[in-house]
Amino acid sequence: MSEDFNDSKTIQAQSSETISGGGGAEAAPDTDYVRPAELPDQDLYHGHSFITKWVFCQDAKVIGVQYFLLATFTGIIGLILSWLMRLQLGFPGAAGFMTAEHYYQFVTMHGMIMVVYFLTALFLGGFGNYLIPLMTGARDMVFPYVNMVSFWMFFVAVGVLLASFFVPGGPTGSGWTLYPPQAILEGTPGSGMGIILMCISLVLFVAGFTMGGLNYLITVLQARTRGMTLMRMPLTVWGIFTATVLAMLAFPALLVSAIMMTLDKILGTSFFMPTILKAGEVLEYGGGTPILFQHLFWFFGHPEVYIVALPAFGIVSDLISVHSRKNIFGYRMMVWAIVIIGALSFFVWAHHMYVSGMHPWFGFFFATTTLIIAVPTAMKVYNWILTLWKGNIRLNVVMLWCLGFIVTFVNGGITGIFLGNVTVDVPLSDTYFVVAHFHMVMGIAPLMVIMGAVYHWFPLVTGRMLSEKLGKWHFWFTFLGAYSIYFPMHYLGFIGVPRRYFEMYDSPYVTSAVGMNEFISTAAFIVGAAQFILIYNIVTSLKIGKPAGKNPWKANSLEWLTPTVPPEHGNWGDKLPVVHRWPYDFSVPGAKEDFITQTTPPSEVAETEVEKT
Amino acid sequence: MSDPKIEGYKFKPGYSGMAADTGSDQTMFKGVHWGKAMMWIFLLSDTFIFSCFLISYMKGRGSTPVEWPNPSEVFALNAFGVPVPLLLIAIMTFVLITSSGTMALAVKYGYERNRKMCGWLILATALGGLTFVGMQAFEWSKLIHEGVRPWQNPFGAPQFGSFFFMITGFHGTHVSIGVIFLFIYAYKTFAGHYDKGKRGWFTSMKGDYVEIEILGLYWHFVDLVWVFIFAFFYLW
Repeated sequence: MSEDFNDSKTIQAQSSETISGGGGAEAAPDTDYVRPAELPDQDLYHGHSFITKWVFCQDAKVIGVQYFLLATFTGIIGLILSWLMRLQLGFPGAAGFMTAEHYYQFVTMHGMIMVVYFLTALFLGGFGNYLIPLMTGARDMVFPYVNMVSFWMFFVAVGVLLASFFVPGGPTGSGWTLYPPQAILEGTPGSGMGIILMCISLVLFVAGFTMGGLNYLITVLQARTRGMTLMRMPLTVWGIFTATVLAMLAFPALLVSAIMMTLDKILGTSFFMPTILKAGEVLEYGGGTPILFQHLFWFFGHPEVYIVALPAFGIVSDLISVHSRKNIFGYRMMVWAIVIIGALSFFVWAHHMYVSGMHPWFGFFFATTTLIIAVPTAMKVYNWILTLWKGNIRLNVVMLWCLGFIVTFVNGGITGIFLGNVTVDVPLSDTYFVVAHFHMVMGIAPLMVIMGAVYHWFPLVTGRMLSEKLGKWHFWFTFLGAYSIYFPMHYLGFIGVPRRYFEMYDSPYVTSAVGMNEFISTAAFIVGAAQFILIYNIVTSLKIGKPAGKNPWKANSLEWLTPTVPPEHGNWGDKLPVVHRWPYDFSVPGAKEDFITQTTPPSEVAETEVEKT
Repeated sequence: MSDPKIEGYKFKPGYSGMAADTGSDQTMFKGVHWGKAMMWIFLLSDTFIFSCFLISYMKGRGSTPVEWPNPSEVFALNAFGVPVPLLLIAIMTFVLITSSGTMALAVKYGYERNRKMCGWLILATALGGLTFVGMQAFEWSKLIHEGVRPWQNPFGAPQFGSFFFMITGFHGTHVSIGVIFLFIYAYKTFAGHYDKGKRGWFTSMKGDYVEIEILGLYWHFVDLVWVFIFAFFYLW
């Protein structure tokens, strides 16, 4: 049945509903009526050479894959940097070339790459481009040309970022937060060309992202297919959409701070530079305020956490629903939770600045808003668990990653409640507890969703399945390994080991921290290496993977219902799909199959107890 | 493609009706052209950029220990031997606001398919923008001549020069980009691209008069931002 969901009946039902044939003799029953199309079919530019088809391509699916590959490539560089850092921390001096300067540079680049150039680009650029048009029933993004430029801006941004490894002084080593004044003062590694290239790269990234982001938003708002109401959209689309809104409003702060920092460095302005004494001499800077940078940066930085997390929330909701054969519990609650989390994320930024000397009432306010975010987030976790509850769970690789995500996210979320409170945060600030917290909640947890999503949608993109056996190895190595890395880090934080230290020297932590650092580093090497199982899996499955056929997971959402798999440019062949329901009609009592696709008209399932959506 | 008519769609009454219309299928903003929706959202994002700049300016001005220069002296212009405060800036603002008016008329004539009037009005708008940029260049060179630099300022706090050049420069860049597009659109209007639906050189999308309205949105926004910059720099 999964092979022929797009049977002739559906096609007939669609064709009888077009504008001209609305009142025809063989009209579909009234229950199946869907309003005619408001807009004419989208006018698309079809590439006809290698360059226009695969390089400067205007097809959102190809752009999505391009984003995915480039972001993954950048992420692997970030992974290698983390190996080098762990090598130094676990086995000081083992890497001969490693100096304190190098260590800071690797910390900085690892952070910036993973947060911005890997996770953001992967979720919004990669999954957003591929899935939004397919899931909303659009032929393509609304501005394909701008979308293409968006990817190439990202490409240039990555190029500029990586170029900073090869300039005199190397990349910036001021930490991914790039706090002035030290980011641009001599003595910080990469305070010359390094920081300038970093700022330029960020500006390019923001410009490129804005082009893509406008596409994602307008496609969701104005280009959905007939019958696709907002409350019938898969949660994946809701997550990516809301994250894009956040990005459009948060990246301006990053852009502005990057521009001002560049001017401070190049022109010698003093936006962020107070009067500074250096070796007994007063520098030419003076009168600026470094705290302003912190506010601008975290006004971007905190929504950025949710730019990464919300798509993960959305995607994992869909994966859990499909692979436990149950409708998502509390769909509307899930949607509103995503929106509320997104809105609240703009009112919590200063919880990253509790130790900046802010007024206690200020900290009180931000602690309150921070803890309020726990409410919609906890609602989401309960809903995922209630979706699994009594579901027909298929314990495949995708489901394993989803379960891994829920556990990891709860773990990271709970340490977030610790750090959200000023009095608890102050002693824990700048320790490994913080490192463990944010890696759990916005590193490992979204990464698990990405992995699950790769195993889930690989058959759609390539037409072949990934190997389940390799996938399970990959999962268990990563899952157990990640916990071996980050659980001990909480303890390191409690005993007061500071983050961003190149070496512990003869500090009192040595006795218990040394062995633990060796253990963490060993685990980090293994987890990192385990990721190459996935790459091996992808490369081999492209050739010898089991052919997936149509809709291998028996999912309901539109991306699996294209006439050809993998979908072609324009996605839907001659006729756009018509949507009659939400994508979560699994295991409906009375239905022949345990899933009812979004395009199935009500008359076909009249005798079932399907919900009206 | 101008704004499509939504045949057969009846807007529902009341708040619940509004919610139902908003959440209905296909489009959230009924009858709104994709490009227009895109420009509005872009402008929202751009608003955040300028807000960040202006809030940074307020914070920077508030926390610098050196006194801020008096704007009515710094920006004064000598006319017939008498220093007139804000003279140049008044003219600049007048020119820019006027160009908003010609832009609005261009949109009107565009939708009336009055190709010639539309083209001339776009050209007038472009010239207004060009005049504005030219006067800004004059003001910059005057200040630079008097010794104001991004990193120093003989009249007081060096942050004055930093913020002034950065923010007016960022706004001037917006105006300049707008002027370039206005010239391109004026050419396209006179050449009849919007009447014939000729495909764009880059995007290969069919031309339509709605593009002029989209550019108009941008132009009005740039003018509006100038009003805020004017208030914050010259009147505070």
